[in-house]
Amino acid sequence: MKINLKVWRQKNNNTAGKLVDYQLDNVSEDMSFLEMFDVLNDSLTRKGEDPVTFDHDCREGICGMCSMYINGRAHGPQTGATTCQLHMRSFNDGDTIVVEPWRARAFPVIKDLMVDRSAFDRIIQSGGYVSVNTGSARDANEILIPRTVADEAMDAAACIGCGACVAACKNASAMLFVSAKVSQLAILPQGHSEHKERAERMVAQMDAEGFGACSFTGACSVECPKSISLDHIARMNREYLGAKLSSENVQG
Amino acid sequence: MAWVTQTLSSSLGRKVIMSLTGLFLSTFLIVHMAGNLQLFKGDGGRAFNEYTYFMTHNPVIMTVSYLLYTSILVHALMAFVLTRHNQASRPVKYAYSKPEANSDWSSRNMGILGTILLLFIIIHMRTFWYEMHFGSVPMAEYDGKQYKNLYAVVQVAFGEWWYVLLYVVCMGALGYHLAHGFQSGFQSLGVRHKKYTPLIEALGKYFFAIIIPLAFAAMPIYVFLQVHHII
Repeated sequence: MKINLKVWRQKNNNTAGKLVDYQLDNVSEDMSFLEMFDVLNDSLTRKGEDPVTFDHDCREGICGMCSMYINGRAHGPQTGATTCQLHMRSFNDGDTIVVEPWRARAFPVIKDLMVDRSAFDRIIQSGGYVSVNTGSARDANEILIPRTVADEAMDAAACIGCGACVAACKNASAMLFVSAKVSQLAILPQGHSEHKERAERMVAQMDAEGFGACSFTGACSVECPKSISLDHIARMNREYLGAKLSSENVQG
Repeated sequence: MAWVTQTLSSSLGRKVIMSLTGLFLSTFLIVHMAGNLQLFKGDGGRAFNEYTYFMTHNPVIMTVSYLLYTSILVHALMAFVLTRHNQASRPVKYAYSKPEANSDWSSRNMGILGTILLLFIIIHMRTFWYEMHFGSVPMAEYDGKQYKNLYAVVQVAFGEWWYVLLYVVCMGALGYHLAHGFQSGFQSLGVRHKKYTPLIEALGKYFFAIIIPLAFAAMPIYVFLQVHHII
């Protein structure tokens, strides 16, 4: 198939970028979207041009590295899938595809389609963990956790930190990402003991990174490759409010 | 008190302020609509004028009304602050974006809808509230007691077709604003439950987004038709 691409090219964070047109004449519909980019980069390299920089790693939908905003949607037209899980059969012969990086103040462009998502790392470092040693596998079995709770925590833990929620949100809000971790650890006994400080710290770090506020449009959950539910955002709001009202942290 | 200011200036705290003021304004709409149903009584405005007298003289109502004015201002100002912050969170916009694929129009345009409603409230309060408090309203006498005849002001205002049209359009904006706002307000407070959220959503979608705006829009239309002897 024949594909027309409009790809965001930007040298670095200090220079302005622009959409550049490319045409690929021999694209197989069985290629993944990233393989199509490999073909493009191969041809660019052969021509002595600078290949398009984009993030990718596992290419099986679990690492969260790929991050393209394709035809106006995070990770492209599919739902519940990452860019690497998107195949060219989702497009038609002769289609024009616009590819941009995630756009958010907190995700500065490093080059072309690659953005710096270390803001997410700093949010996790601020409280997205359990401080105590929770023991070995046997110890885990000693702590009774209802199946429904374990399932819900697992659904939240499925977050791969790709940032599609931020990319899709009209406010570039990181609420779905942050709430997935706050929620996952709050409902498990191992994480519950620190749930107040965690909610306070992670929200404070989220705000410090420059993400927007939540308008509950639900775009994040629709575009999330792991379809993480808005339930977690509501739970984080509950956790945060509860923590602010009842924690002994008077410094704010 | 650092924790209080810190909480209220966090992104979540700001949404809590939006939620509390917004939900309070939603409850006000029920009272406002129920009271103004007196306009449909067809008694030459007596019931409406007596109701108006009660609303402007009852100390509890007067206290609540100041809470109401404050809520409108805080809701609007906080919306402005949040909108600015949210826009700054994405300094470079997408060249091509397809938000309709993942979210409702009303949820993405609360700011525009809210601005329409704020302008509406200013016009609405200038026409009725300002006239009632500071203007020269004709008097009416019922059982030997003098009442300000706000009904006459209503008849003049709603006798104009363009004023009626403005109201109907603005009530459309109100419907869309509440279709998202009412249920979303509960989410900001963390109120989400398998049993109650569907009820809250239904209440927002049908009662607040459809019935309330329709009832409000029916008032100017009814008075217009009456003034022009069409009904």
